Amino acid sequence: MSTDLTELGEFIAAKRPECVVRFAVVEDELTVEVAPSNIRGLVEFLKTEPTCKFSTLIDITAVDYPQRPKRFDVIYHFLSMYQNHRIRLRLSVREEDIVPSITAVHPSANWFEREVFDMFGLLFSGHPELRRILTDYGFRGHPLRKDFPTTGYTEVRYDEALKRVVYEPVSLVQEYRQFDFMSPWEGAEYVLPGDEKTEEGAKK
Amino acid sequence: MMDGSNQFGDAETGEQKIRNFNINFGPQHPAAHGVLRLVLELDGEIVERCDPHIGLLHRGTEKLMESRTYLQNLPYFDRLDYVAPMNQEHAWCLAIEKLTKTPVPRRASLIRVLYSEIGRVLNHLLNVTTQAMDVGALTPPLWGFEEREKLMIFYERACGARLHSAYFRPGGVHQDLPPELLDDIDAWADAFPSVLEDIDGLLTENRIFKQRNADIGVVTEQDIQDWGFSGVMVRGSGLAWDLRRAQPYECYDEFDFQIPVGKNGDCYDRYLVRMEEMRQSTHIIKQAIAKLKDPANQGDVLARGKVTPPTRGDMKTSMEALIHHFKLYTEGFHVPEGEVYCAVEAPKGEFGVFLVSDGTNKPYRAKLRAPGFLHLQAMDHVSRGHQLADVAAIIGTLDIVFGEVDR
Repeated sequence: MSTDLTELGEFIAAKRPECVVRFAVVEDELTVEVAPSNIRGLVEFLKTEPTCKFSTLIDITAVDYPQRPKRFDVIYHFLSMYQNHRIRLRLSVREEDIVPSITAVHPSANWFEREVFDMFGLLFSGHPELRRILTDYGFRGHPLRKDFPTTGYTEVRYDEALKRVVYEPVSLVQEYRQFDFMSPWEGAEYVLPGDEKTEEGAKK
Repeated sequence: MMDGSNQFGDAETGEQKIRNFNINFGPQHPAAHGVLRLVLELDGEIVERCDPHIGLLHRGTEKLMESRTYLQNLPYFDRLDYVAPMNQEHAWCLAIEKLTKTPVPRRASLIRVLYSEIGRVLNHLLNVTTQAMDVGALTPPLWGFEEREKLMIFYERACGARLHSAYFRPGGVHQDLPPELLDDIDAWADAFPSVLEDIDGLLTENRIFKQRNADIGVVTEQDIQDWGFSGVMVRGSGLAWDLRRAQPYECYDEFDFQIPVGKNGDCYDRYLVRMEEMRQSTHIIKQAIAKLKDPANQGDVLARGKVTPPTRGDMKTSMEALIHHFKLYTEGFHVPEGEVYCAVEAPKGEFGVFLVSDGTNKPYRAKLRAPGFLHLQAMDHVSRGHQLADVAAIIGTLDIVFGEVDR
C-alpha cells in the first residue's frame, strides 16, 4: 500500500514539478505540499489524470500555527472512488495571502471554502459568494484561530423588557477553566508560586 | 409578455408582471429535520433557487475539542449525528489508535462491528420512516420507532445510556457485553426481518409513496463526483462504493454481506437501498453474535496499556495501576505528534476525522468531516426545477442531521 502511494507521489511530482514542493507517505497516507498559486492547476490535473482520478473532494480545512511566519496550513483531502486511494494536499499561507478557489473544478469546495473563511479568515479568490456559513449573522472574528478565546466575545439572551434577543459582552461568573495537567517536572513553562524567591535568593 | 410588453393592446394586460416568489422554509418546519433554514426562490410552485442557511445548531465542537483531552472529546462525537452515535465515536477511536499504534483486542473489534451495525439500523429506520412521514404517511414512523426503542435499550444495556453512549474507547470498548444481552440481540435479529416486511408492505408498492419519490431528486454519477456524495447517495445511483468493502477497517473484511445498489438514483431507489441495507446489517449482526459467542473470541475488551484504564481488580492491589488510573482520567494520555485522516462508513456516508496532534494530551486540531454537510450543499443543484412539495421529499432522502452538519 505505502509503496504504491510512494510511486503515486513520485508520479505526481514528476508530472507537475512546478506545483509539488515535496511529498511524504506517513501512516499509509500520502501528503503533498503544494505551492499556493498552483493549487487549482494541480487539483484539475489530479481530477483528470487517469492514474490519479481524484474525483471526489473529501474535505478542505485549515490549521493555525500562530508562531510560524506562514501562519496557516490549508489542507485538502481527495478520494478516488475509481482507483480507491486518497491524497492530502497542504498549502502554507500567510494570514494576508489569498488562496485560489477550486470551486470551478470541484463545485463541492464551495461550502468548505466558506467554512475556512468563516473559521480562519482566509480569503479565496474566484469564489462565487464568500460569506460566513456556520457562525451567527453579523458575527465578528474567526473562531478557530488560536488567539480567539473559546468563550467568545458576546453572549445572547432574550430580554423580557425589550421583547427581543440582545447581544452582550460575555460575563462569566467563573473564569473559563483551562487546566494544565503537565507535570511541573516535565517542563512546565510557568514559574511555580514561591520559585521566584529562590532565583532572587541566588542573585543575592 | 412577462417583460411587460403588451401584445393585446388593452390597458390591463400590460400591467401584469410576474415576479419570483421567495419563501423561508424553516428553521421551525417539521420536514426540515432539525434547524434548517432554506431560502427558496419559487416560480409558481417550481423551485428556481434554493439557498440553505446552516449553522443554527453550531456549537463550536472543533474549538471545544482543542481544549479538552482525547478521552474527554469522545462524548462530543455522540452529539454530532445523534441518530447513530457509536459510528461517529468509531472514527475518533480509529484516528487515535492509528497515531498511538494501539492494537484493538479481537472481542472489542467484534463488539464494535455489532454496535456499528445496530447504529446503521437505528439510522435507516429513522430516515426511512420519517421520510415517509414527510410525504404523507403516518404509520411507518410509529412502527419504526418501536424497533428503535428496542435497539436503544440494547445501547443502554451495553453502556448505560440510550443515546449518548461514549461506549467505544481508544483501544477497545468500555465494558464487555453480558451473555444475556447477546441472546436478546440475537432474538431481536430473528424477529426484525418480519417487522421490516411490514414496513416494506406499507411503503414499497404504495401508490402515493411511489408518486412522491420515484424520479424525484435524481443523482447521476457526475453529480456524485462533483458534489462529493458518499454513502447511500452514491449507492442509490448504482455505484457499489462502500468503505466497509473498499477500504476495510476494524474486522469488516471477514463478514459476509452484500452492498445493495439502486438503478435510477432517485429518492425511491435510495429508500430501497436503505431498506436492503437494514437487512444486510441484520445479517452482519447475526454473524457478529455468532462470533462473539465463539469460545475462541472471549477475552479482554480493552488493550491494556497507557491509553486505557487498568482493571478494577488491579487498582485494588497495585499502586502503579491506581496512579495510572488517576493520571489517565486527569492528565489523559499523550498522542505522538502527527496527523491522520480516518474515515468510517457511517450510515449517512463517509464520516471522517482529520486529527493533528502536537504530542500533548489535547488534540491540536480536529476536523470533523460530516457527510450531511456535502449532501445539503448539493440541495440547490438537486432540488432545482422540482415542485415545492418535492423539497421535503428530497431533504428527507438526503438524510440530514443537523448535529453533524453544523457541528
